[in-house]
Amino acid sequence: MLTVLLILIPFIAGLIAFGLKGSGPKVLGMISSLATVVLAIGAWCRFRTAPDSLNLVANWIPQLGSQFRVGLDGMGVMLCLLTAIASLLVFITIYNRDYEKPGAFYGLMLLSQAGLTGVFTAFDALQFYIFWELALIPVYFLCSLWGGEKRIAVTFKFFVYTFLGSLLMMVGIIYLYFQTADHSFSWSSFSSIHLNPDDQKWLFWLFFVAFAIKMPIFPFHTWQPDTYEQSPTPVTMILSGVMVKMGLFGIIRWLLPVIPQGAAMWSDVAIVLCVIGIIYASCIAMVQNDLKRLIAYSSIAHIGLMCAAIFANNEQSLQGVLIQMFNHGINIIGLWIIVEVIQQRLGVKNMDQMGGMARKAPRMAIFLVIISLANIGLPLTNGFIGEFLMFSGLFQYNHWFMAFAGLGIILAAVYTLGMIQKVIFGESNDLTDTTTDLQPGETLALSLVVIMIIVLGVYPKPMLDLVSSTSEVVNKLF
Amino acid sequence: MNALISTALSGVVLMFVGLFVRNKQHIKFFAIAAIIIAFIANLAQYPSVEHGGYVMYGMIEVTKFGVLFNAVALGATLLYFLLSGSEFEKVGEHVADYFTLVFFILAGISLAATFSNLLMLFLAIEIMSIPQYILAGADKKSLKGNEASLKYFLMGSFSTGILLMGITLIYGAAGTFDIAGLGLGTESVHPLALCGIILIVFALSFKVSAAPFHFWTPDVYDGSPTVFTSFMSTIVKAGAFVAFLRMFHGSFAGGTISEHWTLILSIITAVTLVIGNFSAVFQQSVKRMLAYSSIAQAGFMLFAVVAMNDMGTQGIVLYAAAYSIATIGVFGVLMKLKDYTFEGFNGLARKQPLLAAATAVFLFSLAGIPVTAGFFAKYFVLSAAIQHGHLLWLVILAVLCAAISVYYYFRVIMAMYFKTGEPEVENISGGFKAALILAVALVLVLGLFPNLLLCWL
Repeated sequence: MLTVLLILIPFIAGLIAFGLKGSGPKVLGMISSLATVVLAIGAWCRFRTAPDSLNLVANWIPQLGSQFRVGLDGMGVMLCLLTAIASLLVFITIYNRDYEKPGAFYGLMLLSQAGLTGVFTAFDALQFYIFWELALIPVYFLCSLWGGEKRIAVTFKFFVYTFLGSLLMMVGIIYLYFQTADHSFSWSSFSSIHLNPDDQKWLFWLFFVAFAIKMPIFPFHTWQPDTYEQSPTPVTMILSGVMVKMGLFGIIRWLLPVIPQGAAMWSDVAIVLCVIGIIYASCIAMVQNDLKRLIAYSSIAHIGLMCAAIFANNEQSLQGVLIQMFNHGINIIGLWIIVEVIQQRLGVKNMDQMGGMARKAPRMAIFLVIISLANIGLPLTNGFIGEFLMFSGLFQYNHWFMAFAGLGIILAAVYTLGMIQKVIFGESNDLTDTTTDLQPGETLALSLVVIMIIVLGVYPKPMLDLVSSTSEVVNKLF
Repeated sequence: MNALISTALSGVVLMFVGLFVRNKQHIKFFAIAAIIIAFIANLAQYPSVEHGGYVMYGMIEVTKFGVLFNAVALGATLLYFLLSGSEFEKVGEHVADYFTLVFFILAGISLAATFSNLLMLFLAIEIMSIPQYILAGADKKSLKGNEASLKYFLMGSFSTGILLMGITLIYGAAGTFDIAGLGLGTESVHPLALCGIILIVFALSFKVSAAPFHFWTPDVYDGSPTVFTSFMSTIVKAGAFVAFLRMFHGSFAGGTISEHWTLILSIITAVTLVIGNFSAVFQQSVKRMLAYSSIAQAGFMLFAVVAMNDMGTQGIVLYAAAYSIATIGVFGVLMKLKDYTFEGFNGLARKQPLLAAATAVFLFSLAGIPVTAGFFAKYFVLSAAIQHGHLLWLVILAVLCAAISVYYYFRVIMAMYFKTGEPEVENISGGFKAALILAVALVLVLGLFPNLLLCWL
């Protein structure tokens, strides 16, 4: 029941928000996201004591063997928590902003949260596919209605790209459905299919392409920088903080257990693609002048590392990925909050026009430094533990892959520190002299981010315990 | 059987009603009442066929499938009357005659869903086609309408001739008109019968506007009065598909389906998908885009015919419902606009939020996005092909085409929501809005619970 509520609350709140005016949607959004955070924490507690109580099965389309089947494992709890926290952070940050047609804006934001939670809780393949698509539709409208100048064309590219990927996945799902022994879409039937290696060879790609487009992995990444740049920043936070995790989640939940041999056969290819993506995206990030695009490319690099670690095929790296999924979400949302602040104060995205903001906005500067350092994985921040586990896992798999992927860390330090230097240090100019420091809402959101960064950096054990069950299970199947 | 009788009778009665009733509004109400009666009469027959159909004089076989399909066709026509019934008056003087012709077409469709004899197949196709030739040219003063009508008539009669030739050849080989007794599924088919099959496939492909027999479609659909395009491109087309499916499902029964058959039909399907989708991309007028989209959607419905399994049979019913409701809905909104180009939709969301939202839902359904009926329709036909086993290449092609179709369907959504403009919209009556909401509700309900429809099969 708890699991269903996690989907239902934002869904219903979203529908209601469409009808509200003035500051109604804001308040409703805040209440709904607070409620989901509380529920997600409740789910975590419940997971420690009685994990089975989080699962629920109800009849849906019996003729097809598809059921409404939701449940939570360690990974699910963590991602639902991330989704809830992300939307709370977004709503706190934008509490003082006014958007045109606020009812529709908050309504769509809440609906996308419901869709994302649905993806993370689905244990039925058809249901998973439906939520996978549903999470996309509100985001499409959000970007197209409130985005930048080129929003319509850019968002449309994003939509068609991901839609094509998901259709391929649907073909794969239907094919697998006919292979199941009891003609069912449930996760347990899917993961107990015995496919012959020839089938696994091509089925892998039907799924992998869908997930790779979503993450995105080189060479399917071309939609991503444009979309992040053109979307309104609150939407970018959801996109990069939570939505890209759908791809990683898909691989861990649906690809590895169902097509294990396919994944093993192609893991080298997949890791090579990821490593190319890491280096390529990091290099572009280094020469990027646009702040939003820089963070977009850095996200490609980070996601590439996580995806590579998944295919490294050992428990350590998997655990690293799982914990990094959460931490990366928190860190990148923190970065986007700062981008949102800068953009709102200065109205520009180019780093040339910034500089010297530390003097005018010292609090923002401190937050930016802490979050950036977490983003490059400094010890005692939350980014460290995940990266350490992933690298040690990759190292066990293949030294060379680890060495090249490790370049990403060095490059990340280069572009991140470069960014800090250009944005907050150096000479101030006429534009940046007008900056004001953080408002209370923004301070609150960033403080929450920094608290999570430090707490999880110093004491990551609860999070590791939470996800360890998933990494053990998946690793056994793989 | 009830559907056939009630629609044919309603047609005749309506013809006479036109003589005595001058008020066009009353004629419309009469037609709506008649279609509701036909719908109920058809459903009333369901209990008697629930546990197996029955054959009448070796000509008609009433089955669950036939009754269900008739229910879909009649239900969709009811929706069509509710949404667009008042548009009939704008076409010309003889409103009662138009309704009469629609009822005759419906009689043809109900025959197409129940025939068990080649003669009846021919009759069904003819009863469906001839009224359409007249409807296409209903606007006598429109040059394009006349062109459409003449073109349709010439091409249509030509294909009917081919159909007849095919039937003759098959009769020559098998010595019977009874479909179940044709035995086309055996290993060694008589050469004459093979020629017959090919001719029938060509003729029926023409009727369902499958490429390369589709050339009449855009011109006819574009030239005809929009209100009739809406009917011809949806319910009638679905009826032709059912005839197609029944003809071969019946005659192949109990035997094997040769690889040649699958190959020919999969090529037709592939070409239809590619041509329909790529041509739709380049259209400037929404009406013409919908004409090409109907070709593209025909490509998906052909999957059911290629795969020829239970999944496909379920798929065609669901597809007929999903596609008809959505397309009738889009046409209904289109007819309220003055400008049929994509620009005509600019800024509709601001001016008429309900119309825009409904259109968006219909277009989502046509594109096959989940939680709309169109998703499960596509799901079923694709499943049918995957279950068949050797058609994976076709499925992948179809999926690529579906991604292309998003382009032209979403152009309308982009125009409505993301562009600014002052669309000229006619007055929207409360009844129209109610019918629109009903259609949206149907699309969403079928998108969530397709078994509400399929549990009857």
